[in-house]
Amino acid sequence: MIRTYGLTKYYGVHPAIQGLSFEAAPREILGFLGPNGAGKTTTMRILAGFMPPTEGRAEVAGFDVVDQSLEVRRRVGYLPETVPLYPDLSVSEYLGYMGSLRRVGDLEARIEEVLEEVGLIERSESIIGNLSKGLRQRLGLAQALLHQPQVLILDEPTIGLDPAQIIEVRRLIQELGKERTVLLSTHILSEAQQLCDRVLIINKGLIVAEDTPANLQAQLAGAEQLIVRVVAPDGALTQLIARIPGVAKVSQEPGSGEIHVATSPGHDVRAQLARTIVEQGHDLLELRQAGVSLESVFLQLTQEGVPSGSRD
Amino acid sequence: MRNAWTIARREFRHYFVSPIAYAVAIFLFVVLGILFYISVSFLLTTGEIPPDGRIVMGNMVFLLIWTTPFLTMRLIAEEAGSGTMELLLTAPIRDWELVLGKWLGAFGFVGLLLAVSWVYPILLHRMTTPGIDQGVLLVAYFGVLLMMGAILAIGVLVSAFFRNSLAAGFATLAVILVLWVIGSLASGYGGVNEIVRYLSFSDHFFDNLYQGVVDLSDIVYYVSLTVLALFTASQVVESRRWR
Repeated sequence: MIRTYGLTKYYGVHPAIQGLSFEAAPREILGFLGPNGAGKTTTMRILAGFMPPTEGRAEVAGFDVVDQSLEVRRRVGYLPETVPLYPDLSVSEYLGYMGSLRRVGDLEARIEEVLEEVGLIERSESIIGNLSKGLRQRLGLAQALLHQPQVLILDEPTIGLDPAQIIEVRRLIQELGKERTVLLSTHILSEAQQLCDRVLIINKGLIVAEDTPANLQAQLAGAEQLIVRVVAPDGALTQLIARIPGVAKVSQEPGSGEIHVATSPGHDVRAQLARTIVEQGHDLLELRQAGVSLESVFLQLTQEGVPSGSRD
Repeated sequence: MRNAWTIARREFRHYFVSPIAYAVAIFLFVVLGILFYISVSFLLTTGEIPPDGRIVMGNMVFLLIWTTPFLTMRLIAEEAGSGTMELLLTAPIRDWELVLGKWLGAFGFVGLLLAVSWVYPILLHRMTTPGIDQGVLLVAYFGVLLMMGAILAIGVLVSAFFRNSLAAGFATLAVILVLWVIGSLASGYGGVNEIVRYLSFSDHFFDNLYQGVVDLSDIVYYVSLTVLALFTASQVVESRRWR
């Protein structure tokens, strides 16, 4: 659905992105993760047909973003970082304007449908200038969805929302990702973890990592840490736990009843760990992952400066 | 073309919620009304009213010169400043359709103002026998429309360079005033003088169209100025993409 080849963009002499090559499959939610100024917005603008790259090529829905820009723009729904709205229009007037520019058939019915989808149906006659930040964000999303695009490009879709709204928008994005390709950018790691099928971490205009959120966590951060709390643990138990395949290291914290279990990368031993403990007649009080979060992977990758897995 | 029309309709309607547009309209018609009243009552004291329908037209053109920049200033600058440009440039519309639509919307609104200004000649027509000279009036109005088309196109062009509406407004005013007075720089005949005189915004109007004279060269002047300004504006919009 989206395919880029060595995408590069210079602002003057300063490179915003350098040689980005990646793909997004149909019905995939691809996350763009990176600190501010990493080149996320630049990449999305290029893919949405807002501006051409300095070098490299990109295809969206099978069309070249430069040579067949109009075709691309017909098939992409784009929500920029600053939600582009006209404060003097009402919600339905705004969508009516965008819909007629995009030649949406049976516009009135479609507007109603999309407002229902983003939960703005009661506010369809409200003037945009009077809407709260959260409602504006949803209207921006409605605008991006209006023409039923095959590809959705969302630049920081949850920024500035309150926690309840964030949950709602995320749920909506997940729903949307079932039928179309979604490319979203965020600097909130838990969001990427929760929403995305695959994550691209970019920093200073380069891709530094690319994988599923789970794999990124497991492979890049190495061993994972599990914390188990058992009533009256003994030495026999720790020895048994150490024999579970995938367990790298076991240590018992004296006094607290906590056992720390380090696992090898790519192994999930939680189920077997729980079974072993219970089968030994111990009462399992708690089992949790203290594992390295995507947070630390991210910080590690983006602070190194040099891309660890440069792809070109 | 349909996209240009959609944008034009949006811009035309926007004038009816825009305080600046109301201010311009009110200012225009209050001043014109006063001038009309003064001229008519003055003429009545001196005897017959001459059947000249252009009674306040010279003043109207002068007022429009000073006010139209504030009707066009926001057309593109505001979109650029508020980020909605990103919306329009990622919609499946061509840059020239955007520019043409913006211009058409403004042209429609100024056309409406001009239509309303017909009240003065109509009033005058009823006050005089056998009425006003309609031929001259029609040609003069045609001339005003042509001139306004060019002024508005320049306004769209200048607006495309800015992100701040007010800055665009004053810059437009400056450009138009220069074009307005440039003819007076021509002191003699031949060579540069002829070119400068040809560029003059006011001479093409007052020397011919205002007098009821339709000369192809004046029409070509205003139309080509309009087309050139709009074409350049769409180039400027496109160049935004490359920055």
